[in-house]
Amino acid sequence: METLFFLIISLVAIVSAILVITCKNPINSALALIMTFFCLATYYVMLDAPFMAAVQVMVYAGAIMVLMVFTIMLLNIRVDATKQHSHKLIFASIIGFFTVVNLIVMLVKSKAALPTGPYSGDMIRKIGHTELVGREIFTNFLLPFEVTSILLLVAIIGAVILAKKKI
Amino acid sequence: MENLNSYLIVSALLFTIGTIGVLTRKNVIVMFMCIELMLNAVNLTFVAFSRHLGNLDGQVFVFFIMTVAAAEAAVGLALIIAFFNNRESIDVDDVNLMKW
Repeated sequence: METLFFLIISLVAIVSAILVITCKNPINSALALIMTFFCLATYYVMLDAPFMAAVQVMVYAGAIMVLMVFTIMLLNIRVDATKQHSHKLIFASIIGFFTVVNLIVMLVKSKAALPTGPYSGDMIRKIGHTELVGREIFTNFLLPFEVTSILLLVAIIGAVILAKKKI
Repeated sequence: MENLNSYLIVSALLFTIGTIGVLTRKNVIVMFMCIELMLNAVNLTFVAFSRHLGNLDGQVFVFFIMTVAAAEAAVGLALIIAFFNNRESIDVDDVNLMKW
């Protein structure tokens, strides 16, 4: 049952990812990308990471994609079907073919390390995923977490300065 | 839980589709979306390995990657708007001011 569910979600994820790169209208690409993000959130739930699924839906499917759709609508680009692709289609296909072969062979044929950490599925379900991730962030990863706030500040200032016509 | 390999295969396929999109499309916004797709494929790998190894470090990394992606979206879209204001276009072929 779970295998069937996994296969269905994989099919939806990959078909919508292909739609992202084939749709002529950027809005359709954006909607297909939101579908892919939801499939990834489903994977996170299946991997016992419900907090990551919630963040995925809120940050990616919510904030980032709203920003993108807003930009597409703001620029009001006409869809011209004359030349969607540049002439590099064959080149890109070759690169893509080798990338997928390389990644699958490397990821599947190599031996992953055996489980070493303390977090088993039962423990995550008992204590709660959000609490465990929170403990991890605010103890071992406290400095990167604080540095992230500086990154966001820089991004805010940069975006405002870039988008303004006259400062 | 499915085994680790099936998640890795899906992640590899998504990453490759993102790569092909970046290499073939001319629309800057669609290229941008393909970059987000590649970032998400990597996130899936992180979460799958984190679950497999019983170690939450990978999921904390996913958290930081999402932050970086949000910052990148804000700055990138501001750049696209600035470019559109200058050139009335969002084709990458028109970004040729510094082309020799």
